[in-house]
Amino acid sequence: MASAPKEPVQFSGAGPLNAPISGVLTWVDQRFPLMSIWRDHLSQYYAPKNFNFWYFFGGLAMLVLVIQIVTGIFLVMHYKPSAAEAFASVEYIMRDVPAGWFIRYMHSTGASAFFIVVYLHMFRGLLYGSYRQPRELIWIFGMLIYLCLMAEAFFGYLLPWGQMSFWGAQVIINLFDALPLIGPDLSTWIRGDFVISDATLNRFFAFHVIAIPLVLLGLVAAHILALHEVGSNNPDGVEIKQHKDAKGIPLDGIPFHPYYTVKDLVGVVVFLFLFFGVVFFMPEMGGYFLEFNNFIPADALKTPPHIAPVWYFTPYYSILRAITEDFMLVLAIGVAAYSLLIWLTARNQLVKMAALAIGLVVIVLMKGGPLAIEAKVWGVAMMGAATLIFFLLPWLDRSPVKSIRYKGPLFKAALTIFVIVFLVLGYYGTQTVTPAGTVISQIGTLIYFSFFLLMPWYSAMDKTKPVPDRVTM
Amino acid sequence: MSEQDTDQGKRQFLVAATSVAGGVAAGAAAVPFVASMMPSERAKAAGAPVEVDLSTLAPGERVTVEWQGKPVWIVRRTKEMLDTIRANDGQVADPKSQKKMQPAYATNEMRAIKEEFLVVVGICTHLGCSPVGKFAKQAETFDPNWQGGFYCPCHGSLFDLAGRVYKNKPAPDNLVVPPHKYLSDTRIVIGEDTKGA
Repeated sequence: MASAPKEPVQFSGAGPLNAPISGVLTWVDQRFPLMSIWRDHLSQYYAPKNFNFWYFFGGLAMLVLVIQIVTGIFLVMHYKPSAAEAFASVEYIMRDVPAGWFIRYMHSTGASAFFIVVYLHMFRGLLYGSYRQPRELIWIFGMLIYLCLMAEAFFGYLLPWGQMSFWGAQVIINLFDALPLIGPDLSTWIRGDFVISDATLNRFFAFHVIAIPLVLLGLVAAHILALHEVGSNNPDGVEIKQHKDAKGIPLDGIPFHPYYTVKDLVGVVVFLFLFFGVVFFMPEMGGYFLEFNNFIPADALKTPPHIAPVWYFTPYYSILRAITEDFMLVLAIGVAAYSLLIWLTARNQLVKMAALAIGLVVIVLMKGGPLAIEAKVWGVAMMGAATLIFFLLPWLDRSPVKSIRYKGPLFKAALTIFVIVFLVLGYYGTQTVTPAGTVISQIGTLIYFSFFLLMPWYSAMDKTKPVPDRVTM
Repeated sequence: MSEQDTDQGKRQFLVAATSVAGGVAAGAAAVPFVASMMPSERAKAAGAPVEVDLSTLAPGERVTVEWQGKPVWIVRRTKEMLDTIRANDGQVADPKSQKKMQPAYATNEMRAIKEEFLVVVGICTHLGCSPVGKFAKQAETFDPNWQGGFYCPCHGSLFDLAGRVYKNKPAPDNLVVPPHKYLSDTRIVIGEDTKGA
């Protein structure tokens, strides 16, 4: 496809364009690979013909990204990134700027919509094994996008300079404070002050409006380029490139444009119905999209009686809170059991020794009396690990098949339990601490990590069904 | 120059040397940018000591003052509160205040210069929320047998009325006692202490 000859310019499905436009396109094409980009990524990018509902969310994530960038640009025209003026300037946007409320609600709803769409997009990957070889890099770029998105949401949340902005940032920056040795200096460096102040707000503004978006756009480009290099996965998890016609076009592939652009447009319309339903009728979403305490200006002397992060962070927040001093023994036993499991099942001697050695070191750091690191640091480490462990999925899944359609009961049960646990952790992350909630979060944390760490065993043991040669509809 | 004439060893050396020099230059270029994110001179200069008048503080009450952008609490403890603290040693993680979370002159049972007045930075040692004062002895959702103290709404850490953290809570340490000294019986200055005290 890359070496496709320069044919007369023609959009697929349409007749030849009229002469002047065709002339301009030819002129451009002799100087810039416009038509070959169009062909490689749209009119002659062959996607499997059996995409289903779950395949809407990648495109929708792009749409939300555009909404966030456009509304963000217009918000910056009125927003003042200073501790003295930030809160008032947001209220000014809401009350005095023509359509300011509309643009701001699109941006705030867009933040939550972004995470809804991305979580569903990631779940699609889990369902159909889209992270499996040869798509590991697509998955890794996607995870980096997810991390950027979390950073973007975190930095952006400080900008309204409300109570939740302030205390949310206080808690997250203090996570770095927990790191041994460099912690305190690092958190001071992040804040640019000894407390969260004007300096912190200004730099978060810089990260939110320019630094992270630039990285994000680069990663999105890498994600899509990697996807178009290897081709899309599909609900059957079979490679359509294995069956091509005489022209080298996959038999089960259809051009992305016009087939999927039109299909995605339907998804876009439905999505926008829901999106604007929220924007117009429930922009605060009962305190989940915009927290009520954030309508109070930041006060460094008083934490609101109940603070919780915005919903999309709450599963990780639950894991952070679950790690208490008395839970460390359970964790240490878990690590011991896991090391033993690797020791008993690994074939490679080096792996066996490494598992024991690493396990021993971790146990000493967890429960080794004077050598032990305090539970607070482990809470931070576990929270970080909970987000980063997704990166390992391509290598943890040892199933001979990709798609859930052909996987066995073990994987189906594991994925179901994982989703339930993710939601339960998310729920408890929004609640105040209770003894029962803590125990449930602790059990949830164990299950969360077991889903990933035990995957090499249960995915390999599982009874799979035979995979068809070609996609099914 | 044909391929055979190329001195491959020299070429490799030059490529490596150029890469190293370029890498060092790039690293050095990062220095001013990283440095610019450190606290500015103005931020470092802020944080002068704060003087507080204690004469209007009633027994059992608390006043919050701002010092270095952080809340500092002063609680005037009643005799009953002090007794509760004494009875509470078994519940807290560091009853003898062995970790250096206070100046030497406050390293005692009540973590204070004068028993009556507790002076602590009102920032949880876990992740920096400001705990809420729950001074009444009554059943609470977080502890049915609550003896009075501070409750952190963020992650549920509990502190008694000497700012000592309860066992098995996310916070690892007692609340910090800031440097302070008494100017008179009812005037206190926070952020400054007597040398050698």
